[in-house]
Amino acid sequence: MKKITKIATVIIAASAILVGCGKANSGSSSSSSSSASSKAVSGKITIVGSTALQPLVEKAAENFQTDNSKVSITVQGGGSGTGLSQVQAGAVTVGNSDIFAQQSDGIKASELEDNKVAVVGMAPVVNKNVGVTNLTMKQLRNIFTGKITNWKEVGGKDQSIVLINRAEGSGTRATFETNVMDGQTAAKSQEQDSNGTVQKMVSETPGAISYLAFSYITSDVQALSLDGVKPTDANVITNKWKIWSYEHMYTKGKPNAATKAFLDYMKSDKVQKSLVKELGYLSISKMKVQKDSDNKVTEIK
Amino acid sequence: MDPIKNKIQSTSKETRQDIIGKILSYSCIALIVIVVLSIFAFVASKGLATFIVNKASISDFLFGTNWNPIATDKAGNPLLGALPMITGSFGVTILAVIFAAPFAIGTALYMTEVASKKGEKLLQSVIELLVGIPSVVYGFIGLSVVVPFVRIHFGGSGYGILSGAFVLFVMVLPTVTSMTVDSLRAVPRYYKEASLALGATKWQTIYKVLLRSATSGILTAIIFGMARAFGEALAVQMVIGNAAIMPKGLLAPASTLTSVLTMGIGNTVMGTVGNNALWSLALMLLLMSLIFNIIVRFIGRKGRM
Repeated sequence: MKKITKIATVIIAASAILVGCGKANSGSSSSSSSSASSKAVSGKITIVGSTALQPLVEKAAENFQTDNSKVSITVQGGGSGTGLSQVQAGAVTVGNSDIFAQQSDGIKASELEDNKVAVVGMAPVVNKNVGVTNLTMKQLRNIFTGKITNWKEVGGKDQSIVLINRAEGSGTRATFETNVMDGQTAAKSQEQDSNGTVQKMVSETPGAISYLAFSYITSDVQALSLDGVKPTDANVITNKWKIWSYEHMYTKGKPNAATKAFLDYMKSDKVQKSLVKELGYLSISKMKVQKDSDNKVTEIK
Repeated sequence: MDPIKNKIQSTSKETRQDIIGKILSYSCIALIVIVVLSIFAFVASKGLATFIVNKASISDFLFGTNWNPIATDKAGNPLLGALPMITGSFGVTILAVIFAAPFAIGTALYMTEVASKKGEKLLQSVIELLVGIPSVVYGFIGLSVVVPFVRIHFGGSGYGILSGAFVLFVMVLPTVTSMTVDSLRAVPRYYKEASLALGATKWQTIYKVLLRSATSGILTAIIFGMARAFGEALAVQMVIGNAAIMPKGLLAPASTLTSVLTMGIGNTVMGTVGNNALWSLALMLLLMSLIFNIIVRFIGRKGRM
């Protein structure tokens, strides 16, 4: 009996210490955020979300911090869903997402402020040996709904089609489905999470088809033209190539001074003209059209 | 005051050391207990929300075959049939252990009974090396070697339970082997000596005495291997194909609890049905590892009798 009371007191003591630590932490973080809102650009920015956008933001943050030594920026992955939910909960300063907040289930888009920092194009890719380089949009849709199951039906070899989809809810898949599937649901098939793995799988699996962001398309895989339109940057700019999306950086309400400075830096020519291009994205400023959250495309005058 | 009485009655330096030591170790234990309990509480509260908040039925979850958390059926209930993943997880686990057990027992017997000291040391370090290889490396080897191998020699696209089992086979081998070695070493020396003195051959001794008396230890090793295989995520995810459909065979794409979990968790929003459903899968994994632990305890107790 005595032992039990002893153990109990120890547990209580330990938890008290833990609670104490927690309090101390939250105190210090709130003080740092209040200092960030003062006039000098300094403070802590935490950025979480889309892995597709992560490399660009990481590089930009690195450069930004050399110029603004008082700002410390942490960039993490986690996925678009994580980014949106964390920024909505106020746990992070900026949430990166491949999709509009409006398109994500469980997110109150009105609370978030959208900052579009880049455009990314995506294209269907196939294994090099299927003997197909062009499909119509309808054929592509029928392949992904499972109506067409052999490459010979679309003019290729006699080889069964292996569908490789992206994870449910991933930004790349959402973009592909809104632009290609026209409201139809894709057949249940293999799913992979990362661009790199998909690229490797498509290059090695006979009959495989999937889709990738332009920056991941190498000579190991065959990118398909759709209705005769080639997947190039020039075609994305004019919306002749329809499968593209924005990379978003969401903040909750108005950003504080440091965050605003960083977001402005992301949109500045310094980043848009060099980093964005280097890493395989397209600059927002080049676009001749714009898309809204309902996937409506309008020309920019 | 009598100085001697004073010295005896006051706490000495050593006693104080004793107390400090006790407090230190108790608080470490308490911390670990709190961490374990809070993990359980957290996963349970999230995982049960699927059934309490989102009103999914538990039997649909356990026996339904349609997994599509972002869609709902005609009655408005989310489609959360986890049976494909449960089948996939058990499929790869059991198959991997069936492959691994004979090899592990053979290797262990060689190490304890046949090999010279040098050979034993060499094998030991080889096995330890296998433990140290990160699972992403196993996954990549699986993707580049095992998947094409299965595709060419067995058919299908190469992605499926069989490939997953092959990769896991290598991953659980060291665990099962080293634990089997331990249990074989724990067999009292006089058992073996008595058997040999009775005129039994080496093989008879191994088969009738050593393996029989080490059975509970070997079973424990196998269960631990299963627990390891059940919880492995990354390597399996890369070779199994991740299709949340009932596996149509060993060569068709399937999925496991872990692979669906790791793929989906970053793409869902906290608090939504999709996210809660993933936590339910996590709860399942946690309960399974608890069950594996209980089985190990049970075997251990039986073996002692």
